[in-house]
Amino acid sequence: MNTVPYKMIGKDVSVYYGEKRALFDVNLDIRENTVTALIGPSGCGKSTFLRTLNRMNDTIENCRVTGKITLDEDDIYDPSIDVVELRARVGMVFQKPNPFPKSIYENVSYGPRIHGLARTKAEFDEVVETSLQKAGLWNEVKDRLHEPGTGLSGGQQQRLCIARAVAVSPEVILMDEPCSALDPIATAKVEELIHELRANFTIVIVTHSMQQAARVSQRTAMFHLGNLVEENDTDKMFTNPDDQRTQDYIMGRFG
Amino acid sequence: MTDLASPAVMVSSRSAENRRDIGIKRRYAAERRFRAYGISAIAIGLFFLAVLLWSVVSKGYTAFQQTTITLPIEFSEKVIDPKNERATDPKRLQTVNYPVLVRDALVKQLGIDPKKRPLVKQASDMVSDSVRTQLRDIVVADPSVIGKTIPVTLLADANIDSAFKGQIDLKVAESKRKVKDQQVAWMNELAEAGVLKKSFNTGIFSFGASSRPEAAGVGVALVGSAYMMLIVLVLSLPIGVAASIYLEEFAPKNRLTDLIEVNINNLAAVPSIVYGLLGLAVFVNFAGMPRSAALVGGFVLTLMTLPTIIIATRAALKAVPPSIRSAALGLGASKMQTIFHHVLPLAMPGILTGTIIGLAHALGETAPLLLIGMVAFVVDYPGSPLEPSTALPVQIYMWANEAERAFVERTSGAIIILLIFLVFMNLGAILLRRRFERRW
Amino acid sequence: MSTSLLLLIIVLIGFIAYFTGRARSLALTGGKLANLHSLPGYHGSYVAIWAVLPAALVLAAWLIASPLYIDSAVRAALPGSVQSQGAANVQLALGQVKSVAVGLNRLNAAEVAAIESGSANLRQTLAAKGVALAGEGEPYMVKAAQHLNATRLHSRWLMSAAVLLVAVAGGLYAIRNIAARFRARNQVERVMLGSLIVASSIAILTTIGIIGSMLSEAGRFFSMVSPTEFFFGTVWDPRFAAAGSEAASGQFGLLPLLGGTLYIAFVAMLFAVPVGLFAAIYMAEYASPRLRSTAKPLLEVLAGIPTIVYGFFALVTVGPFLRDISTQLNGLVTGNYQNFIQAQSVLTAGIVMGIMLIPFVSSLSDDIITQVPRALRDGSLGLGATRSETVKKVILPAALPGIVGALLLTASRAVGETMIVVLAAGVAARMQVNPFEPMTTVTVKIVHQLTGDLEFTSPQTLVAFALGITLFVITLCLNIYALYIVRKYREQYE
Repeated sequence: MNTVPYKMIGKDVSVYYGEKRALFDVNLDIRENTVTALIGPSGCGKSTFLRTLNRMNDTIENCRVTGKITLDEDDIYDPSIDVVELRARVGMVFQKPNPFPKSIYENVSYGPRIHGLARTKAEFDEVVETSLQKAGLWNEVKDRLHEPGTGLSGGQQQRLCIARAVAVSPEVILMDEPCSALDPIATAKVEELIHELRANFTIVIVTHSMQQAARVSQRTAMFHLGNLVEENDTDKMFTNPDDQRTQDYIMGRFG
Repeated sequence: MTDLASPAVMVSSRSAENRRDIGIKRRYAAERRFRAYGISAIAIGLFFLAVLLWSVVSKGYTAFQQTTITLPIEFSEKVIDPKNERATDPKRLQTVNYPVLVRDALVKQLGIDPKKRPLVKQASDMVSDSVRTQLRDIVVADPSVIGKTIPVTLLADANIDSAFKGQIDLKVAESKRKVKDQQVAWMNELAEAGVLKKSFNTGIFSFGASSRPEAAGVGVALVGSAYMMLIVLVLSLPIGVAASIYLEEFAPKNRLTDLIEVNINNLAAVPSIVYGLLGLAVFVNFAGMPRSAALVGGFVLTLMTLPTIIIATRAALKAVPPSIRSAALGLGASKMQTIFHHVLPLAMPGILTGTIIGLAHALGETAPLLLIGMVAFVVDYPGSPLEPSTALPVQIYMWANEAERAFVERTSGAIIILLIFLVFMNLGAILLRRRFERRW
Repeated sequence: MSTSLLLLIIVLIGFIAYFTGRARSLALTGGKLANLHSLPGYHGSYVAIWAVLPAALVLAAWLIASPLYIDSAVRAALPGSVQSQGAANVQLALGQVKSVAVGLNRLNAAEVAAIESGSANLRQTLAAKGVALAGEGEPYMVKAAQHLNATRLHSRWLMSAAVLLVAVAGGLYAIRNIAARFRARNQVERVMLGSLIVASSIAILTTIGIIGSMLSEAGRFFSMVSPTEFFFGTVWDPRFAAAGSEAASGQFGLLPLLGGTLYIAFVAMLFAVPVGLFAAIYMAEYASPRLRSTAKPLLEVLAGIPTIVYGFFALVTVGPFLRDISTQLNGLVTGNYQNFIQAQSVLTAGIVMGIMLIPFVSSLSDDIITQVPRALRDGSLGLGATRSETVKKVILPAALPGIVGALLLTASRAVGETMIVVLAAGVAARMQVNPFEPMTTVTVKIVHQLTGDLEFTSPQTLVAFALGITLFVITLCLNIYALYIVRKYREQYE
């Protein structure tokens, strides 16, 4: 595993919400074409860390980030970095499916449109089809592309959101508990999808479910009270963790 | 509780007889009284609404009918242009004593002896003075009518109009009313001949100000109001939406934005007349814009409507769930793109509802317009928002101050027109809300 | 070049700039749009903004500044004899020169020559061209007017040249900036944000405008009439003095007007508060959803009716009704059929204003009452209290601050109401306590002083602004205090 290059490197990352410090000097590297799971009890800072990776924290008032995060050697907090460009490279899928109240087609084509990734109708059609195929949704929706995305089931909506993120061709996809609002069958489909996406994308996923982390990820990072407790290969983490706290958490002693 | 051995039967019988007196009867009576107060309060409100509407409608519905007299008018060359000057002097046709033509026609129709001056006078009083301009316009438009006899439909005088509508009590002594017995007799005679009849009053929608009720209408005022509504819409919607977007989506939360917030809420509650003073001092006196112009009225009403639109727009923006914003930002849309592509379209129904309500309010607003001089006697349609004009509510105000009975009818009629506009605007707002109401 | 033509040209340049910018950025893509940082449309807009915005600013600045400059130039060119006559005369002369200047533009060369040689009368010649001159006009005025026209023409050409130059230069500068990685979107969005800020500053500017304009006009009034005389005077009698005469400017006592305003507002509140409050309580606590969904909008119809309609209602229905009924009552009791309620009276205006205020009280209170948490209500009902006891003992005390705020907002509306009192309250400014007699209000007098011919120098006109600022301050205090209370109340239950 060590031969895999690093896609994103977080160095001494701390996050403050006003006076309150939410993350303490986290050093975490994200490997390319790997699924990295962030686990830990509620309020441990794993979502906060995830959101620093594409600067979604910028939208929260009086939130301050220190330390350094690089994406392919670019410091993403450098003033010269355009946050919009960054987010086009680091896409995000949210906890609750949040399709735009527009048609399925428009949902998927929106990203390519604002980033100028397609120009002609044929190009858009192609992007929409391949994205939906990658998200495993094409066969279910190909006959109703122009119906509203909000009419789909929860699981389908979430896969639509993944398709929408994929359509921008990001390098990294961040997923913030993408299955927490889904039933087990839909969850299984999304997990399967994450597996397939790994071939083309680097994925960081926050999850509450130990089993999910074990199923989908190759690397796992454990957060506790704003600190990164341990980061390791998933197999090792779930069989023989280095840290006692990780062990306790995985065994369900706190959480 | 002390007597553990006492059987349960005893307890229940004792409670039936010696139940603590908690004043149930009295309390229920109070309850009923309280409810009665509530119901009567609602009833009072609705009663006054009904009285108000009934008062306006019962006084005003007759304004939509107008008594007219159709007479064959002989455009006699002797009266109009005895010396045949019209080819050389174009002003000649403007100054003719046209009512004479009508008088002659009426005298002929009624078979009155033209030498009995008082009778002739009474007869010609039955027709509105507005015939002067009416006939002049016919002749000026087409001088070839001179010498011919053609039937022309003329407005009856307001008093005859009232009498014909049965609004004048004919039992009152003749000297105490404006319609004489002889005129009533003629009126009936003409009505029987089919010459004098009631028809739908198109004039109330097209005429301008006039001192003669039968020739007064809200047409000119409607144009003024339309100009102002257009100005208000064009200015206040974009400015209000832009301001709301900044305040809701971009502005940092600090003292200054707090102040703006309080300021906007206060502006929404400032008396409208203060806006009139502002308009007079700033737009008319300082900036030198013309008085009585719809442009200034539109500016003043815009400032007045802005707070309403801003408050409604901010509420609508707030109602768009944050998940939509995150979704767009997560895809790499900029904040502007997020707002203009997603948030604003979703907030649009709420914004438009607020705008329509604000416009409806502005349409009925009177006080500030009085101050900037829109209380003017405007006869002609204003060709541009810079020309003197008046507005529908101001026209109502001016007519309300007229003493004549017939103006009460006109005023009520104008109010009905105003209320119909307002009803349509509010219905539009309600439909918009129903149609696009979104549950997240 | 006329201003509108200039504007049209600027807009045209803007369009050209947009399409040039767009085409240039497209040319830079090498066929792949994704190579661009920003979409071509943003590059186009960027160039268009650079072409239009600075030019428009220059144009606006020039249009504001040049009349001031030209005025002072022409004033300096007036003969010394005129200049020494004081500011008012210079102003008058300047006005005439401007009229002459307008007139000269309508004359042909021969006529101008005739005037210059003195063979034609200036005033008559100009009058024939539709330019009325206030005085006879003096020879120096023709010279000054020609100077004025020349300067104007000069300024106009300079302005056109400058504006067009700035437009073209801006556009060229912006086109040079375009590159594949150039962040046109960020630049365009910065301008958009700027315009959003400008839009939201209008709300502030309105308040500044209100306060500034009224303070300055009221200040001019107070330089003629002392503030003590205004604020503590008990007689309102602003005799309309003949124009120009300084003496006998009348008395401007605020108190009778303020008294009438507060009295009428009080009567209106006396009527509206119980009705509105009980209606709100019933609607919030008792009414079935069906009754609520019909009665509430119907009551709100009252709020949508323009106040001029209420005024008319008071004038032709309520006033005469009260007058007639008082005649009958008086007749029944004393045998003397004489009305004791005037058609225009405090009572008439108060009742009609009260009707108008019912929906304000009821819908504001309804909002407040429904915000009281369920738990409080359930707690009281669970103890066996009846609904009315719950309302009286629990809900109303909890909602009281909010309701007080709502009532203050309503009172502010009552104080500032104009059309009802203009038509129903009467015009007599007097201090008395009989509600059956007419009284007048601040708003009525503002309307009266400002309708008709205006002379912005007479205290009779300017007093309206002093009244206006008084009204503004009263309602401002009521509003801010009420908004503060309501806000605190909301936060409490959020």
